Amino acid sequence: MNEVDLKLLMEIAKLESVPQGAYNIRKNGESAGRASSDTIEIVSKTDKPGIDIHVKAGTKNESVHIPVILTETAYTETVYNDFFIGDDADILIVAGCGIHNGGCNTTQHDGVHTFYLGKNARVKYVERHYGEGEGEGKRVMNPETVAYLDEGAYMELETTQIKGVDDTVRKTYIECKKGAEVVINEKLFTHDEQHAESKMDIVLAGEDASGRVISRSVARDKSSQIFFPSVTGRASCFGHVQCDSIIMDGATIKSIPTVAAEHPEATLVHEAAIGKIAGEQLQKLMTLGLTREEAEEKILDGFMR
Amino acid sequence: MLEIKNLSFEVNEGGEAVGILRGVDLTAEKGEFLVVTGPNGGGKTTLAKAIMGLVEPTGGEILFNGQDVTHLSVTERANLGISYGFQQPPRFKGLRVRDLLELASGKKDITRDDCCLLLNKVGLCAGDYIDREIDTSLSGGEVKRIEIASVLARGSELMIFDEPEAGIDLWSFSRLTETFRALHATRENTIIVISHQERIIELADKVILIADGKVSHAGTKEEILPFIFDPTNVGCAYDRKAVEK
Ligand SMILES: Nc1ncnc2c1ncn2[C@@H]1O[C@H](COP(=O)(O)OP(=O)(O)OP(=O)(O)O)[C@@H](O)[C@H]1O
Ligand SMILES: [Mg+2]
Repeated sequence: MNEVDLKLLMEIAKLESVPQGAYNIRKNGESAGRASSDTIEIVSKTDKPGIDIHVKAGTKNESVHIPVILTETAYTETVYNDFFIGDDADILIVAGCGIHNGGCNTTQHDGVHTFYLGKNARVKYVERHYGEGEGEGKRVMNPETVAYLDEGAYMELETTQIKGVDDTVRKTYIECKKGAEVVINEKLFTHDEQHAESKMDIVLAGEDASGRVISRSVARDKSSQIFFPSVTGRASCFGHVQCDSIIMDGATIKSIPTVAAEHPEATLVHEAAIGKIAGEQLQKLMTLGLTREEAEEKILDGFMR
Repeated sequence: MLEIKNLSFEVNEGGEAVGILRGVDLTAEKGEFLVVTGPNGGGKTTLAKAIMGLVEPTGGEILFNGQDVTHLSVTERANLGISYGFQQPPRFKGLRVRDLLELASGKKDITRDDCCLLLNKVGLCAGDYIDREIDTSLSGGEVKRIEIASVLARGSELMIFDEPEAGIDLWSFSRLTETFRALHATRENTIIVISHQERIIELADKVILIADGKVSHAGTKEEILPFIFDPTNVGCAYDRKAVEK
């Protein structure tokens, strides 16, 4: 691996070298390293690009890293990764995609991740997207995340688009059975002329299922963002969607939420706010000796942490 | 160290100029403890904000250590040694108490102990608070005390506190008066506190009464207290009972 690769890995997975535990590093469509562990098995798919990750029931305190890096211009791929998480397992999965496009053609990664969580399984899924490169070529990523949570399962998704992704359409579909809980923390930052779309569908199908979405975004320059968060309650359940966006410069943000109750005991809440940085916040930080620009940076950093 | 001459601030309301500050004169020496008091809407916050640079005066001047700072930016004044604790501090999504204290202190890596010391001065237990976000999950009194701690963290030559007692419980208020007393004892900083509290007024070297955009009285607390507690005094419709409450 060269310097560009390592920088991308650092950005998307905070990795300085080969990760601990099970991992699969995909670089320009090829495997650049893989390891399984006693309880986590990674195997290549035979019918299409991608891998299957099998986590044995009861696996605890283990992690799986599956970063994807693309450093070639004019390279497009669609990858399918399926995760089979056994009952009672409790693991961390770190995914993400980094594109370094030094050329003038579009480089694109479309990743479809499907999770099957067994009963009472717990998964923390961290996904970071990052693009860089001096070339004119666009950096495009279209992640799709699908998860089926069996009874009592818990999944926390932390998805972050850090910087440099020109175009993205993110799709998320989560289905929760009885007592299952999902928490999604979405962070989206767009700048220049970038465009981002996020479609999220959460179906609370079982009794006492709960779903929480906390979406924070910042749109700068001439970028645009559209959100379609949707929660459907089909049982006695609790769903909460909270979208908070900071709009700057000449950007545009649109939020089109849906809360759909299909059961009399479903409680669904949606809150959305779009606004510029509050003047009082800037003023306060300036009284601490920061310039307006520094204050702005600090406020955005905190907001997107 | 601070000299305010004939300061005015006018706003335009319905095509008519309204004077919010109408020729305020005020001086503070190094190490002095000033209390600014007076009826609601008298112009105290506006005066404090004008000193900090948050409000641009329409007339007069502000000298800080002999330098004319009337038209300097907030950032410049902060770096010269002026700080201000807001009457109504803003909240920040995502910014933690430790982040704010770090920014305020200007230290790169503020330690837990540093935070502890600062929060303790306002009656907060650091362990419970330093990693909390300064968002709507904090109570009014908590946000207010964190605000005061952020001013203490700066250790500026001139510190202005805008009604530090507002919304704070009795125990924290006692702790706060102790903090002010100790700070005053060092004579290192000039302290201006906007307050309606007798126990803060007791600490003052000088009390300034502001009403209707003007300094109506200035002097020692002994000289000023009678004006405050005299309900018949025009322009100072203070009722002793209300003050004590
Ligand atoms: N930008 C502004 N535009 C219009 N009116 C203003 C503006 N700023 C302040 N005022 C008015 O000026 C008066 C003084 O306000 P200020 O906040 O300075 O009062 P204060 O003495 O701090 O009062 P309090 O004791 O309630 O805090 C008030 O009547 C207020 O409504
Ligand atoms: Mg005020």
